[in-house]
Amino acid sequence: MIYRETGQFKTTYASDQQLFPILQDRVFVIGALAFAFAVVPFIASDYMFRAILTPFLILSLAALGLNILVGYCGQVSLGTGGFMAVGAYAAYNLAVRVPQLDLLVIFVLAGLCAAAVGLVFGIPSLRIKGFYLAVATLAAQFFIDWAFARIAWFTNDTPSGSVSAPPLEILGYAIQGPQRKYLLVLAIVSLAALAARNLTRGAIGRAWMATRDMDVAAEVIGIRPLTAKLSAFAVSSFFVGVSGALWAFVYLGSWEPLAFDVNRSFQLLFMVIIGGLGSILGSFLGAAFIVILPLVLNQLPTMLGIPLSTAMISDIEFMVFGALIVFFLIVEPRGLARLWAIGKEKLRLWPFPH
Amino acid sequence: MNLRELEPGSAARELGAPILAVEGVSLAFGGVKALTDVSFEVREREIRAIIGPNGAGKSSMLNVINGVYRPQAGRITFRGEAHAHMEPRRSAELGIARTFQSLALFKGMTVLENILAGRSLMMKSNLLLQALRVGPALREEVGHRKRVEEIIDFLEIPHVRKTPVGRLAYGLQKRVDLGRALAAEPKMLLLDEPMAGMNMEEKQDMSRFILDVNEEFGTTIVLIEHDMGVVMDLSDRVVVLDYGRKIADGTPDEVRASQAVIDAYLGVKH
Amino acid sequence: MEALRRPGTIAFFALLAVAAVLPMALGQTKFPQWLEVAIGGLLTGVLYSLVALGLVLIFKASGVFNFAQGAMVLFAALTLVRLAEKMPLALAILATLLVMVAMAWLIERLVLRPLVNQEGIVLFMATLGVAYFLDGFGQAVWGSDIYTLHVGMPKEPKIILEGTFEGGVLVDMEDLVAAIIAAALVAALTLFFQKTGTGRALRAVADDHQAAQSIGIPLNRIWVIVWSVAGLVALVAGIVWGSKLGVQFSLSQVALKALPVVILGGFTSIPGAIVGGLLIGLGEKLSEVYIGPFFGGGIEAWFGYVLALAFLLFRPEGLFGEKIIDRV
Repeated sequence: MIYRETGQFKTTYASDQQLFPILQDRVFVIGALAFAFAVVPFIASDYMFRAILTPFLILSLAALGLNILVGYCGQVSLGTGGFMAVGAYAAYNLAVRVPQLDLLVIFVLAGLCAAAVGLVFGIPSLRIKGFYLAVATLAAQFFIDWAFARIAWFTNDTPSGSVSAPPLEILGYAIQGPQRKYLLVLAIVSLAALAARNLTRGAIGRAWMATRDMDVAAEVIGIRPLTAKLSAFAVSSFFVGVSGALWAFVYLGSWEPLAFDVNRSFQLLFMVIIGGLGSILGSFLGAAFIVILPLVLNQLPTMLGIPLSTAMISDIEFMVFGALIVFFLIVEPRGLARLWAIGKEKLRLWPFPH
Repeated sequence: MNLRELEPGSAARELGAPILAVEGVSLAFGGVKALTDVSFEVREREIRAIIGPNGAGKSSMLNVINGVYRPQAGRITFRGEAHAHMEPRRSAELGIARTFQSLALFKGMTVLENILAGRSLMMKSNLLLQALRVGPALREEVGHRKRVEEIIDFLEIPHVRKTPVGRLAYGLQKRVDLGRALAAEPKMLLLDEPMAGMNMEEKQDMSRFILDVNEEFGTTIVLIEHDMGVVMDLSDRVVVLDYGRKIADGTPDEVRASQAVIDAYLGVKH
Repeated sequence: MEALRRPGTIAFFALLAVAAVLPMALGQTKFPQWLEVAIGGLLTGVLYSLVALGLVLIFKASGVFNFAQGAMVLFAALTLVRLAEKMPLALAILATLLVMVAMAWLIERLVLRPLVNQEGIVLFMATLGVAYFLDGFGQAVWGSDIYTLHVGMPKEPKIILEGTFEGGVLVDMEDLVAAIIAAALVAALTLFFQKTGTGRALRAVADDHQAAQSIGIPLNRIWVIVWSVAGLVALVAGIVWGSKLGVQFSLSQVALKALPVVILGGFTSIPGAIVGGLLIGLGEKLSEVYIGPFFGGGIEAWFGYVLALAFLLFRPEGLFGEKIIDRV
């Protein structure tokens, strides 16, 4: 009854095609955004910002990018960590070598660099599919790992291999402290989510999904597999690159190539699988799940009074992740997003059973 | 008796010059010869049926016409453009659209999205505009939506437009397949067993759709069909294939009387 | 070997031979040193092959790419080394084998059966989940220290061919013994697949699960058998690698090294796993020693993968795999 759509008539196609055609959805999303922007900065603790909200938002952006590639276009990628690294190091080099550039410009350019690299490493997708493509993307991951570790130019010849971002400043306004960082990231990620949603419900989104579902039929109706696949790699890598730059500059401050290794790629893939392939909301749900789970697992033993070593907790984390992946693949391959949709269906009818 | 002659008020169709010419096409997969030296032509605005026993090479013929398979020999000429092997994209650009025997629908998308996908060739706005969804990108989305809704009305499926196609009944899925092909506003439509798996009523509906498309829009139609009644009622001319060779070519009545065709269907050793 | 008749195969090996001897031709190194590097690389390659063997087995029989193979190697090694602390080695090996069979049964029951007939990529991601689970579980149960495994492998390197070459050639005896063990294993497995009814049934299953089921092949039992054999292979690999490196977490990362091997050799070919392993091992070592210095080293990390990528683009079925035909 809460989620009743009756009475909401659309008289133009434009209104039917709007982002949130159902009133309750609109209210919810606007409410959530208002809460996130206007209320949270005042009520959340520094710990919440640093440990939960900021990393969650940045990783959601990366998961969003990966979901476009894997979920919407069906191209498996295990090289996401590498593309994040490209974004991070591109931003670093721009910030250090061309300091006049504003930070926002740097982020966009870093994203474009990652998009270019993604495009190049996406070329194999024109010939190979499935987990063969996954292996090709692993080649990208390991090669990029090596490049940023060994080629001194990328790290501005820093001997230790670890680089630091300069202090953050946008249009003369210093971004210091957890609240400002959170708001910056929130703004960027909200815009990115809107852009991603527009793309996925537009012509290119349909081209992506058609390529994923039946690429022969897609070609027959005039969709160029080259355009679809490479654009998916490029757009996905743009988002992932920006998230890499944000991760390095806003969250970590200083980093080494290890921050973006193959484990990061797996982590992002898990987010996308658990959250829901082919769903913008799913990217956020998956990221939230994976960010919060280790924290919960860390606190749980103490709360239950069972003392466990850090190594044991980390082992249990691995076990839980692995088990959940298998669980979701078997029980709900469409992830948390599908569970959310089912929940909304129930709300439509509640309190009636059917 | 041909269905169209019974329809009151139907405009007399003028069959035009040949729009498609298949010349000497041979297709083999390894040792299996799917098609051997097949030639025929299709006139504009005609409804041409391709029939034959199972395994005769009918689907392979359609696949060659729109470029999914590459023949080892022969030529396809469509609207004056000759190709030793057609590229699928080129065939789409030239105005050939098709449905598939095994449906090839995009299961992850809704009916609306599937049919909109059929208009991909006509959507030109770039990525950035699509991301911002302003100006030309927005106008395109709304404009094409209008056309697609007309097709949805025509096929009588407005009640399922937002349903993911995977959840639809088979008969409705076949209509979506047809809708997706129609969305491209093609000059020629290749229909691969459009009536397969349908009951009497559904077949009548589908026949009506096919005829309407042909009469209203002047679309040339090439269809593969097993139901002889449908073939006789709908088509202007028929091509008969057997073991990859053409064994008859003419009006439905001529073909029905041909001894070679009777032998092929009755399984007389040849 | 009909694969050898394909033009690309001969050309590839020829190119490889040229590239391999190039450093000597260019005067950069002398034969004895080159031989040392080459032998070292070949022997490392054999170790990769051991892991790749498990991958090929499972793919051949169930069409699944088992990302958890590396985790299985680690788990087998961990179980063995901890059990060996409490019982004689032979008994520990037997016990570990039983554990691996039990694990195969569990994986079939809990992971494979519910996902039967899903696409390859879904099963691959499931094995990824299994890998993570197994990593965590193994260390939770057995501990995460580095354990030394004593199985009686020779530890002293030996200098051979002292008479022929000045100073002789240094060979790691442990690797040599490992190579012999691997060769024996390959021979046994090839016989198994070619000569036994079970082997043929396995190949049928790899082709088409549903079809195999419909002619009465007991899918579940077959899978348990295959994953148990893969477990055995993992145990052997675990013994060999664990003895060499010590049993520790990084062992499970060996799976990532085995992927390019399987692509090079062909997903369905047992001899291919060996040849692929040898090629990757050799190529890695040679490129690291002779090309590496120009790039600051570390080429080993991606050499195998880039080579695999080249194969994926031009010869996706690998050197000895079956040609993949995509019907529309």
